[in-house]
Amino acid sequence: MRRFLLISVPYLWLLTLFLIPFVIVFKIALSDAALAIPPYMPTMKDGLSAMFSQLDFENFIFLTEDDLYWKAYLSSLKIAFISTVLTLLLGYPIAYAMARAPHEWRATLMMLIILPFWTSFLIRVYAWVGILSTEGLLNRFLFWIGAISEPLMILNTSTAVYIGIVYTYIPFMILPIYAALERLDASLIEAAEDLGCSRMKAFWLITVPLSKGGIIAGCFLVFIPALGEFVIPSLLGGSGTLMIGKVLFEEFFSNRDWPVASAVAVILLIILIIPIILFQRNEQRQQEAER
Amino acid sequence: MVETVFEPWADPNADPLISFKNVTKRFGDFVAIDDLTLDIFEREFFALLGPSGCGKTTMMRILAGFENLTSGSTLLSGHDIAGIPPNKRAVNMMFQTYALFPHLSVWENIAFGLRRDGVAKDVLHARVEEMLKLTRLEKFGRRKPHQISGGQRQRVALARSLAKAPKLLLLDEPLGALDKKLRQETQFELMDIQEQTGTTFVIVTHDQEEAMTVASRVAVMDEGRIIQVATPEKIYEAPNSVYVADFIGDVNILTGPVRAVGADTYSLDFGGSEPMTAASDRSFAEGVTAHLAIRPEKIGIHAERPEGPNSVQGKVLDIAYLGNLSTYHVQLPNGQIIKAQTANTRRVSRRVFTWEDPVWVSWSATAGVLLDR
Repeated sequence: MRRFLLISVPYLWLLTLFLIPFVIVFKIALSDAALAIPPYMPTMKDGLSAMFSQLDFENFIFLTEDDLYWKAYLSSLKIAFISTVLTLLLGYPIAYAMARAPHEWRATLMMLIILPFWTSFLIRVYAWVGILSTEGLLNRFLFWIGAISEPLMILNTSTAVYIGIVYTYIPFMILPIYAALERLDASLIEAAEDLGCSRMKAFWLITVPLSKGGIIAGCFLVFIPALGEFVIPSLLGGSGTLMIGKVLFEEFFSNRDWPVASAVAVILLIILIIPIILFQRNEQRQQEAER
Repeated sequence: MVETVFEPWADPNADPLISFKNVTKRFGDFVAIDDLTLDIFEREFFALLGPSGCGKTTMMRILAGFENLTSGSTLLSGHDIAGIPPNKRAVNMMFQTYALFPHLSVWENIAFGLRRDGVAKDVLHARVEEMLKLTRLEKFGRRKPHQISGGQRQRVALARSLAKAPKLLLLDEPLGALDKKLRQETQFELMDIQEQTGTTFVIVTHDQEEAMTVASRVAVMDEGRIIQVATPEKIYEAPNSVYVADFIGDVNILTGPVRAVGADTYSLDFGGSEPMTAASDRSFAEGVTAHLAIRPEKIGIHAERPEGPNSVQGKVLDIAYLGNLSTYHVQLPNGQIIKAQTANTRRVSRRVFTWEDPVWVSWSATAGVLLDR
């Protein structure tokens, strides 16, 4: 009985906070938009059997007909993928340097990585608006050193979105890679050199394969939230950047078309489930390997 | 057939494989190696022995190329190896932690060094199989390092470091992680493999028994200096200092002023009832303080005063029964404790001496070594 109580806690949590909301959203996605409160029909008020009989997949069919949606999905995938690669390219050297730093520095360096989390995410993204705008800090600085004569247009381009995503999610890339690299026995590198590897070769043959788990974990931790990102593209990307999070927001708040917005959300969730399952598998495999 | 004894260090014309010439290595203020000069010859099984922090591991890392010298030079086959990176040296190392690559199979671990040299596929295959056979690991080639036992891992590490047929193999506490029984077996395996391959081995250890068992010569180190380099037998029977005598095995040290009593014979007054006589090749000035080092097994224990020069009475303070041996701790009238060892050659016998028994301990004039420091 007590065992049952104990395992029921996570299941209850998942049921109330994940499954029930999902069922509600899925139900709305199968409904039709209406000028009513709530802005869709049918609802429970129509009676259960009447409600079920009026549900259909119309909204999902609509998503395939208007090319805005699949373009937004594709564009989100592209932006999430490129930002993940950029974050990896930038995060790996930082994690490597941290793992190689003297012991007494490591806690401080770790602190510096975590420190930005103490400020609201929204404020940090707004700060980038101040830095990247035509009258912003970056342009004024470049003017001052004489590197440019015309202000650079960075804000409201996809470059700004990449900067924002890389900046925001880089700690999620650094931390798992750092954890993997810190555990790496330095004598393995010495052994590789002793057996004829140059420094570079030892890095490719030993360090990279042994930090693979961290790299994969970091990539998923960046890719998954970046795919559905809404705040960064809407604040930094302007109207030109198409991302599914933004489309979702507009359907919901501007168009007040809750059923279509829900359909977009359901598809996004399905797209996200694939990398999440892959991520879980990677974690599991790594735990098995460590045993 | 005349069997030639292997002792290139005694031949003045022999060229050493490795020579350390006035090598000094400092880490900040700490002197790890202090002006050290040493020759090691081809096919030797050379042991660096000393307590932790004596600089033995640093010497090995200098040979492997992981540390640079502060001053002095190291020669390998007559060539200065300063500045040659570890991957360009014909020297391989077996690490204390084995440092096996966890993501590669046993087979790939052994093949790792050969692959770096771009060895042809069939040659590589044959060599890896040969190494697996040498270390009796044929069945484990496809396993990962975490799927085999500690003893097997040790053999993989050995096979991997031997695969490239290095001129010199360095072994850093190679048996430290094994339990005692396995360690003893592995010592003999190591010696066999060293003999079969003809590779020069330099082993670092803090275990004196291990050094004595495997090595052709042992260097006893302390605080970055070599105190004595000699064969295990010489190190044990003719130590050059109290430090070496005390570090290797058990020893009794009697200290006092000496007086010459004949050719190469001295009498030493350690504060007992009568002075002791000891033969010595070393000469001592009249009245200087010297130390007489005598191994416990060279001291006899008797109920009655025996014939001969060096006899002293005391009482049994402690008896340590070790199975094959018994060690008696005998306290002399001046308070000094002498350890005397007897072999338990008979299975059923009454113990002759017991606690508090008055006994005589004695040794011959040549049983001990007279040392000046």
